[in-house]
Amino acid sequence: MEQKALYDYLLLLGDNPTILGQRLGELCGHGPELETDIALTNISLDLFGQVRNYFQYAAEVIGNGATEDSVAMLRHEHEYKNALLVEQPNRDFAYVICRQFLFDIFHQLLLNELMSSKNERISAIAHKSVKEVDYHVDFSSTWMKRLGDGTEESNQRLTEAMGFLWRYSMELFKPTETETLMAEMGVGPDLSELKPIYMERVNTTLQASKLVMPEKTTYQYGGKTGRHTEYMGYILAEFQYMQRAYPNMKW
Amino acid sequence: MENKSINLEKEFQARIDRGENIEAKDWMPEKYRKTHIRQISQHAHSEVVGMLPEGNWISRAPSLRRKVALLAKVQDEAGHGLYLYSAAETLGISRDELVEQLLEGTAKYSSIFNYPTLTWADMGAVGWLVDGAAIINQVMLTKTSYGPYARAMVRICKEESFHQRQGYEIMLALANGTDAQKQMAQDALNRFWWPSLMMFGPRDEDSPNTEQSMKWKIKKKTNDELRQQFVDQTVPQADILGLTIPDPDLKWNDENGGYDFGEIDWDEFWDVVKGNGPCNRKRMEDRNNAWDNGAWVREAALAHARKQAEQKISKTA
Repeated sequence: MEQKALYDYLLLLGDNPTILGQRLGELCGHGPELETDIALTNISLDLFGQVRNYFQYAAEVIGNGATEDSVAMLRHEHEYKNALLVEQPNRDFAYVICRQFLFDIFHQLLLNELMSSKNERISAIAHKSVKEVDYHVDFSSTWMKRLGDGTEESNQRLTEAMGFLWRYSMELFKPTETETLMAEMGVGPDLSELKPIYMERVNTTLQASKLVMPEKTTYQYGGKTGRHTEYMGYILAEFQYMQRAYPNMKW
Repeated sequence: MENKSINLEKEFQARIDRGENIEAKDWMPEKYRKTHIRQISQHAHSEVVGMLPEGNWISRAPSLRRKVALLAKVQDEAGHGLYLYSAAETLGISRDELVEQLLEGTAKYSSIFNYPTLTWADMGAVGWLVDGAAIINQVMLTKTSYGPYARAMVRICKEESFHQRQGYEIMLALANGTDAQKQMAQDALNRFWWPSLMMFGPRDEDSPNTEQSMKWKIKKKTNDELRQQFVDQTVPQADILGLTIPDPDLKWNDENGGYDFGEIDWDEFWDVVKGNGPCNRKRMEDRNNAWDNGAWVREAALAHARKQAEQKISKTA
């Protein structure tokens, strides 16, 4: 039972970087300038590196011949536990940056807590990942400020992206049963404690970006319990394509 | 006055003949500068356009390990684009101007990227053959007379040879795999073999710039010599993979100590150069869209930088 919960928790930790990494990978070669192409590819690369660490561990936990790839790619859509935020499409660069920023701030807070996880393996992964994520926060926050402060158009585009994406932010802090259990066991943080710090940090960057906190919105939930948006099926169709079309082969 | 310029040209050629590097601030003939701008920017554009056919498989890479390696590779290519644009900028042209030339279609990029990547095996074939052919050119360019270009090449070559090994390793995994994987590998070789040979450019007798380029040490070997070197190096590698090179005329020539090979389809070569390859239009559309859709982002970044600079000045004032 505990193993199953740990496995589920590793999916909760690994699925967000998987789907966000996948979204960023779509952008490669299509960004506004070479520098941002390099940075976003690099972030995707970092995220997939973290995914490999989580899923190698998950494969050991679940046993039965599972591998990092079978854990990553051979599940059905409802078995993915990523938040709805990370599956949102790359509508324009403002959406890309805003999605990244809203996730990065959360991700950094989460990893800071996971560093003191009672599970040594998770703690070690967090120690390694947090350095990367500090850079991600720096990148996305800087771009928030650039776009917010830059021109009327960039401010307006960023305001729109924020207004839309904000509805997906609170799902990150709504614990699933597994997350509640892991918090009780000292493996993961109590997400509700992270929320006020998140709100404060987001607010600080928004102010520096000449943006206002979005007005009250109807928050959207579901991804973490397997209920995704219509985008998810298509993301997985690409992500799983080779493993589904050519099962049981080595690459 | 005329005498002075003749002397400058003589001295310039003498420096090249002595094997000295020409640096950005040194005097150089206008034609040397223009040739270098053309060649370096063409190389930079190739790196950037080359991100597209490989980027096409990032979201579909078959395993996490392969996905990470492919991301790293495409990221390297963007980095190569950056240093090459910087090397071209030392010759007195801006990156924006160079990009405009690409987008208007007045500057070229390597034709190989006008071929589609249809299967995962193409990621192997591109690394093995396309990067393999590129390295042969680039190793030669590490000794080219223009210093900033030569130094960029040293860095690029290190990364490219890693990419080539990575590509070959993808092919090896397929060659050791199931029948479906072997077929995929053979099909990729069939499609990429001839376009890879075309990467070395027209036959020597159809390459009017070669002589001047050799004199300036932009080139140390002719197109046909480099092509031969590529064939000789690649055929044994295909043998190890158990794949067949799609050329019925390919055979070992004891006398020349190299392989004889069949005739390249030069009509296809010129067609693709002129813009009529399978993906020319798609590649240019993608680059144009990226540039146009990114205009507001670049404007915002500039505006923000300007405001920051003004703030700094008003603070110190």
